Amino acid sequence: MRLGFLLARRGATGTGRGWHWTDVATWVWLICGTVLMFGPALWLLSSSFKGPAQLAEFPPTLLPYVQAEVQVEGYDDPLPLYAVTLPDGTEAELAQIRRIGINAQMVDPADPETRVTVNIDDRAPIRSIGVATDNYVTPLVQNDFLRFFGNSLFVTVMATLITLWTNSMAAFALSKYQFRGRGAVMLLIVATLMVPLPVILVPLYSVVSSVGLLNSLWGVILPTVATPTGVFMLRQYMLTIPDELLEAARMDHASEWQIYWRIVLPLAAPALAVLAIFSVVWRWNDFLWPLVVLSRRELFTLQVGLNSYAGELNVQWHYILAMTVVTMIPVVLVFAVLQRFITSGIAGAGIK
Amino acid sequence: MAGIILSGITKSFGPAQVIHGVDLQIAEGELMVFVGPSGCGKSTLLRLIAGLDRPSTGTIALDGRDVTALPASDRGLAMVFQSYALYPHMTVRQNLSFGLQNIRMDKAEIAARVAEAGRLLEIEGLMDRRPTQLSGGQRQRVAIGRAIVREPSAFLLDEPLSNLDAELRGTMRAEISGLHARLGATMIYVTHDQTEAMTLADRIAVMRAGRIEQVATPLELYNHPANLFVAGFIGAPNMNLFAARASGGVLSLPGGAELPLPGTPAGADVTIGIRPQHLRLAQEGEDAIEARVTLIEALGAETVVHAQTAEGQPVITVLPGQPPLTRGEALRLNFDPDEAHLFDENGQRIAR
Repeated sequence: MRLGFLLARRGATGTGRGWHWTDVATWVWLICGTVLMFGPALWLLSSSFKGPAQLAEFPPTLLPYVQAEVQVEGYDDPLPLYAVTLPDGTEAELAQIRRIGINAQMVDPADPETRVTVNIDDRAPIRSIGVATDNYVTPLVQNDFLRFFGNSLFVTVMATLITLWTNSMAAFALSKYQFRGRGAVMLLIVATLMVPLPVILVPLYSVVSSVGLLNSLWGVILPTVATPTGVFMLRQYMLTIPDELLEAARMDHASEWQIYWRIVLPLAAPALAVLAIFSVVWRWNDFLWPLVVLSRRELFTLQVGLNSYAGELNVQWHYILAMTVVTMIPVVLVFAVLQRFITSGIAGAGIK
Repeated sequence: MAGIILSGITKSFGPAQVIHGVDLQIAEGELMVFVGPSGCGKSTLLRLIAGLDRPSTGTIALDGRDVTALPASDRGLAMVFQSYALYPHMTVRQNLSFGLQNIRMDKAEIAARVAEAGRLLEIEGLMDRRPTQLSGGQRQRVAIGRAIVREPSAFLLDEPLSNLDAELRGTMRAEISGLHARLGATMIYVTHDQTEAMTLADRIAVMRAGRIEQVATPLELYNHPANLFVAGFIGAPNMNLFAARASGGVLSLPGGAELPLPGTPAGADVTIGIRPQHLRLAQEGEDAIEARVTLIEALGAETVVHAQTAEGQPVITVLPGQPPLTRGEALRLNFDPDEAHLFDENGQRIAR
């Protein structure tokens, strides 16, 4: 009964019994919403454990299956097992050697010498639910994805730390000091929100190139740390910190740096947490800018690394899906841990 | 000379001038109260002394040293804010220690001073709580404690009791008075409450519209107000003021009553002020002010009678005991000429 509230209805007469039309509408709406939002994520997760052949199947299956295989004498690789209906009407389990057109050459694992040719419509693969862990192991071990992961981690952590530091200092100055041109500076910063990255991509590239930061992770980090969103958000939050606290600190012989470090920063923690979440998500998911700056494979971030599986002629979906799951994990974790700050930070309560 | 000396202080915020030339000397160890209606500039003047704002013109000297250009943190003063301005993210102990850490005091010395302040203000049991977990009175004590631990040359208190309920205000008033006696430090206390001013002050500076109207001891203010504003502001209920015509020793009230009053100038429009406590019921045959009772507030030990003269001029009198009066009754009031205050056309006191 403790979960009863989840299933509570208005009921036809308002007593919770029967179905009012609003109950039906609510349930339909919520179920559709759940499917729409979680469906793709679940498909991604389950498909990341499917082999390339199963991914290409239509209709797609919900769960990942693996093809049963058998080691047959005289063949180097394990052969896939099929349930076959033979021309004489009997059923047998045969291993497939190769497929030629609409026929498949099969062999009985118990009798490797005799080959049988079967129409492909007469055979069905023998499979069981299982996971293709190879999707994960190969990219991580052989394709440098651990290194990409490290690069992404470095870029994200450094960029977030620098973002928090510089943006909070700018926000502190713009919220707590009166100076000529303060409004103009603020306006200018917010105005840069209107300029999308592709517009400044070429000039930014030549700047980064001429300071020698091409093919360096710092070339990815530094141009992204000054975010107008962050400055604006922190400033609005800091405006709610009473000036009297700063004046009390001044009376307490605190330097302006100490006021920033020991009074304003701790009090702006909810807003900083929100910006940290945003920054982690932005930097982790960055694709275009790292793609432009990084051309040496050992410097790739995860997103750029993922791109390397999408060739012109051949897209290795099984690797892309698996590595997409890996890519999502840190962001999901950050949200799970810090999400309470998002609501409290946006509400801006709990200071006084 | 030690103490605080203000000379020719003015302060403008943009085109609005809020302090119009203040000269004031505050002796060392004195408890000076700035009192006045809201918006009179008393808090601004305190902030100028604290160094939180700079005066537009004029100089401020502390202990004989010109500190006009010094920032707040270097003046060695401590301030108690109206809102207390306790650092919400720090415990009581950290709140008290913050100012001492900023002057890089020895840890043992900090602990000793904080413990001493805690003992003095009886907040030892609250040291590990945060300000949000304290009641109003406890926050007030912590705010005072934060000022005490600094051992400043002067305390500045900006309406420190205005957020407390009436009962607590009385208690804290007595404590601040006791604290001043014990520490012997200079204190400047800003309030709009004349009871606080009268009970606490060594001297009171009555302010109006950015000017000091009178500086004197509480009783001097009460007995010899320098002008109409001070006369009306100090004392409760407010002093009765009547426009009158003086003609050499006799005062003609608008109602036609003529009162002999030695020391009145000949032929001038004056204002006579009589405190409600100094009005008494007139004997038969005496010259008297005639009025009709509109409201009786019986307080037991004394009775506050609101009355109105025939011209509509309100009169308030405080009569001892419980006189048998009813609303609408005619009242004849008289006073001792020695206790009347006379003011000329410009509102200045006429010496008699």
